[in-house]
Amino acid sequence: MKIRQLLLALTGTIAVAGLGLGFVVSQTTSAKAEGIRSGYTYATKETQGLQDDEMSNPGYLWVDTGEDLWSKAEGDAGKSCNDCHGDAADSMKKAGVSYPKYKDDIGKMQNIEQRINQCRTDNMKAKAWKWESNQLLSMTTYVRNQSTGMPVSVAVDGPAKPFFEKGKAFFNQRRGLLDMACKHCHEDNAGNLIRANVLSQGQINGFPVYRLKWGKVGSSHRRFRGCNKQVRAKPFKNGSDEYVNLELYVAWRGRGLPVETPAVRN
Amino acid sequence: MKMHRLLGATVIIAASVGMTFAASAETVAYKIVDDGIPKSLTGKSGDAKAGRKVAYNRKTGNCLACHKLPIPEQQFHGEVGPDLKGVASRYSEAEIRLRVVDSKKMNSDTIMPAFYRDSGFTRLQKKWVGKSILKAQEVEDLVAYLMTLK
Repeated sequence: MKIRQLLLALTGTIAVAGLGLGFVVSQTTSAKAEGIRSGYTYATKETQGLQDDEMSNPGYLWVDTGEDLWSKAEGDAGKSCNDCHGDAADSMKKAGVSYPKYKDDIGKMQNIEQRINQCRTDNMKAKAWKWESNQLLSMTTYVRNQSTGMPVSVAVDGPAKPFFEKGKAFFNQRRGLLDMACKHCHEDNAGNLIRANVLSQGQINGFPVYRLKWGKVGSSHRRFRGCNKQVRAKPFKNGSDEYVNLELYVAWRGRGLPVETPAVRN
Repeated sequence: MKMHRLLGATVIIAASVGMTFAASAETVAYKIVDDGIPKSLTGKSGDAKAGRKVAYNRKTGNCLACHKLPIPEQQFHGEVGPDLKGVASRYSEAEIRLRVVDSKKMNSDTIMPAFYRDSGFTRLQKKWVGKSILKAQEVEDLVAYLMTLK
C-alpha cells in the first residue's frame, strides 16, 4: 500500500514535472521573442541546477515551513488558512501570478505579503507577521510556489493604472549619489558585466528568492532596498507604497515569465 | 552669514525640484569650454600613479566596474562602458576631465555617475550629503592616469 502510494506519487510528480517543463520551455521561448528574460537565464549552470532540483533547492525549506503554517490555527478566531481556503494547491494557484492587485477597501495596491497579513488581522484575529520574518517569508513563498510555472499576469489598467504609472516613474527616476535609475542597469545594460556580475533585467518572477549572498529567502522589497543602497540612495521601507507600486511595474515588465518561486540567485 | 543661509535655502529648494549645481561649498567651481574643462581643479597636474589606484579602487573611482582598463592584475573588468585603452588618443585632457567630472553634460541619459558633483540628487543617503564621489585631487590624479592611455 505504502509502496504503491509512493509509486503513484512519484509517477504524478514526474508527470507534473514533465508538464511543468513543457510549460516553462514554451514560456521562455515566447518571452525571448519579446526580449523578456528571467534572471534564471543569466545564472550559472550550477545555480540553475540548484533551483531546478527540489531536493537541493534550499528555498523549499521555506515552502515546507509555509505548508506547516497553512494548517496551523492562530489568533482569537481560532482559524488556520486551511479552514477557509482548503487545499492551497487549488485555492492559491493563481495568487502568485496576479499580485500586486488593486484593493477597493484600502484604495491602493496590495501585494501577497500584505494580503496574507490582512487575512491574519481581519479574519484570523491574529497579529500581522513582521516583514522579512521567517513566517511571512515562508507563507509568501509557499503561496507563490503554488503558481510555479504559470505566466505572470498582473492587471495594470483601470484602478491600477495610476499606481502602475507611479511604479514606472520610480523605475526611471535617478537616485542616490551614483544618480542611477533602475532602468540604467536593468534595461539599458541587462546582460553586460558590471565588474564580476552580469546585470539581469531585474525580473521578480522568482521571488521570494533564495539568494546565495543572503543565505536565505528574501522578498523583492529587500532586493529593492539593496539596489537603492548600492546607488547610495535612501531606501524605502519594506511594504511601502513606493515599493508595492514598483513591484507592480516590475511584475508587468516580466509579464508572461513563469513564476519560479523559490528561485535561486547569486 | 545671511547670504550663506540664503544660498543654502536656495540649494534645498532647487534640489527638491531636481536642478543641478556645478559647484558649492564642497566642490570648487569649474568652467566648461567647448566639450571640456581646460583648467585643473586643483591648479596643478595630478599624479598618474595615484590615479591608476583611483581607477580600480572600489571605494573611490571603481572605473573597472564598468570599463575595461590596462590593469591586468585586477580581475573582472566591466563592459557597461567603452574600453578605456587608448582613451587619450581619442580625447584631449580637457574633454577627459569633463567626462569624469560630469558626463551628463555630454549625454543626459548616460548611466555614468558625475564623479565631481555634490548636489542635485534624489533621496541621497545622509552620509553623502554635500559630498562628491571623488575629491578634486582624485579627479586630477585620475585624469593624469587616463592621459597615459595613448
